[in-house]
Amino acid sequence: MIINAVGRELPEKIGNYTVRPFMGIGQAKDDLPVVVSKRRPTLRPASGTKLLPTLEDAIKACGLQDGMTISFHHCFREGDMVIGQVLTAIRNLGIKDLRFAPSAVVNIKNPSVTEFVKDGTITRIEASGIRGELGDAVIDGLMENPVILRPHGSRPRAIESGDLMIDVAFLGASAADEYGNATGQIGPNACGSMGYAFVDAHNAGKVVIVTDNLVDYPCAPISISQQYVDYVVKVDQAGDPAKIGAGAARMTKNPRDLMIAQRAADAIAASRMFKEGFSFQTGAGAISIACTNFLSERMEQAGITASFALGGIPAAIIDMYKKGQVRVVACSQSFDAVAAKAIVECPGVIEIDNAVYSNPYSKGCMLDKLNFGVLGALEIDTDFNINILTGSSGEMMGGLGGGPDVADGADISIVTLPVVRGRTPSIVPKVFTCCTPGTSVAMVVTEAGIALNPKHKYYEELKEDLTAANLKLVTIEELCELARSIVGTPKPIECTDKVVAVVEYRDGTVIDVIRQIKR
Amino acid sequence: MDIKQTAVAGTMESSDVMVTVKPASEPGLSIHIQSNVLTTFGDQIRAAVEAVFADFGIRDAEVFLNDKGAIDCVIRARVSAAICRATGEGYNWKGEDK
Repeated sequence: MIINAVGRELPEKIGNYTVRPFMGIGQAKDDLPVVVSKRRPTLRPASGTKLLPTLEDAIKACGLQDGMTISFHHCFREGDMVIGQVLTAIRNLGIKDLRFAPSAVVNIKNPSVTEFVKDGTITRIEASGIRGELGDAVIDGLMENPVILRPHGSRPRAIESGDLMIDVAFLGASAADEYGNATGQIGPNACGSMGYAFVDAHNAGKVVIVTDNLVDYPCAPISISQQYVDYVVKVDQAGDPAKIGAGAARMTKNPRDLMIAQRAADAIAASRMFKEGFSFQTGAGAISIACTNFLSERMEQAGITASFALGGIPAAIIDMYKKGQVRVVACSQSFDAVAAKAIVECPGVIEIDNAVYSNPYSKGCMLDKLNFGVLGALEIDTDFNINILTGSSGEMMGGLGGGPDVADGADISIVTLPVVRGRTPSIVPKVFTCCTPGTSVAMVVTEAGIALNPKHKYYEELKEDLTAANLKLVTIEELCELARSIVGTPKPIECTDKVVAVVEYRDGTVIDVIRQIKR
Repeated sequence: MDIKQTAVAGTMESSDVMVTVKPASEPGLSIHIQSNVLTTFGDQIRAAVEAVFADFGIRDAEVFLNDKGAIDCVIRARVSAAICRATGEGYNWKGEDK
């Protein structure tokens, strides 16, 4: 057993996986070799098309074989219809034992990914999170090999370092031409930014564009360029627009969530970093959307504008752009139809590669320039460690997303959450799964007050600014005790020794593992 | 005090619990709990239900809880209300002054 820098007990090896323990932020001793890629120079005949009649044809043309690695992006979210069709075609060809490495596993149904695990088509999974039916099955020990979970910023690093070499990438697009130029910005099933597809397109051995909307050559705008694409397949439907993100998320009416959101906006406005040209990322949860709206009000009152907003973008941020409150909106993902359309309509709303958004192992990602990051969480403990993966009974609830990246990248990272949800305490002595190290978290905002992290680099300055603004400050221990006094002490969840998932940090080290739940 | 009829109290809203109390088919207290926090709080929920029945001095009943994350005071209130409805007797509010 090894104990890592956040006090988690880890085995030294999990099957073939060698554990590199988390040593603390910026402590990874990587010798950083040359970037590796499976992309090969390919001399194509000058005439001809890349269009193939069916997915089966494309899979055969790519030379997909047992044991290889396939990837997808998750920009269509729950409306994705590419993954199911491709996996079905692969199964029809009798190819097995694949490593399935999408940027995130969305909860697709009919067919669900679980079916392909059960029949042996997929035997390994690497993603940012697994939830729903697949998550439940994995935590009950469905798979022999542990699922590798990485935050968004770590995926490009893993691909370029050789930890995750992709043989074939199947990239859904809402519009594409027959020579492989593709985008998510136009078409009936537009998903907006295709930020999570770039690193796959640039580094996979073979790249297949799957679209339901074949347009005249050349497709414009171009997100994925023809120079990276081997084949194009047209399917009847690549996405379900109702589930891709139908409309703007409405402002929550939950008074507790509104109170937390307002307090988070007040905390931002109280900071000395809240000045002309500041930058922020607020995310897409109910509290986040409300916080975005309150932040817009505070900016109006203070008469300042932001230089940029970053990450997954909802309609609330597009509203701010249209009001002239944000100069650039850098979208690694578009969370709804309003945000998806905005990239085409507004010059300052731009599509960015996920690697530019969040990869710390590059010559600079945009998170490095971020002032304020607002985060959600399932649990946070008295060391400010965050759990965004496992729920109250140990079940898989979410994905890492960019949470660990934003916490580390932003000058001031703000976790917003209620003290309890139902009977589940959110502030606990020790999180069940550690995803984000507490040292990267500046403060926790709850309905019962704001707890500043005394170990954060901006603690003194925040304490001064928030005190001057008369914001209610409490300690994290007080919040933890308040939660306990309301709901009682939960019985610890019992696990077996079998590791079902490995949680990697931004640098590829292991911050925690998830063990099978004892039933 | 005896359970004379089937009675219900509570709702299926988040943080509430729906309690159904029925006359016992066999002697003793039989408690059936459905809850999203059964693994972590099942024992405490059961203890809260048993304590309320002990307070009322009822030994025989069948109880069903459909719990949506209610805390102990909510569970006690819903179980008490279901018992009063099932026994047809009013709640002893004077007991609250003690």
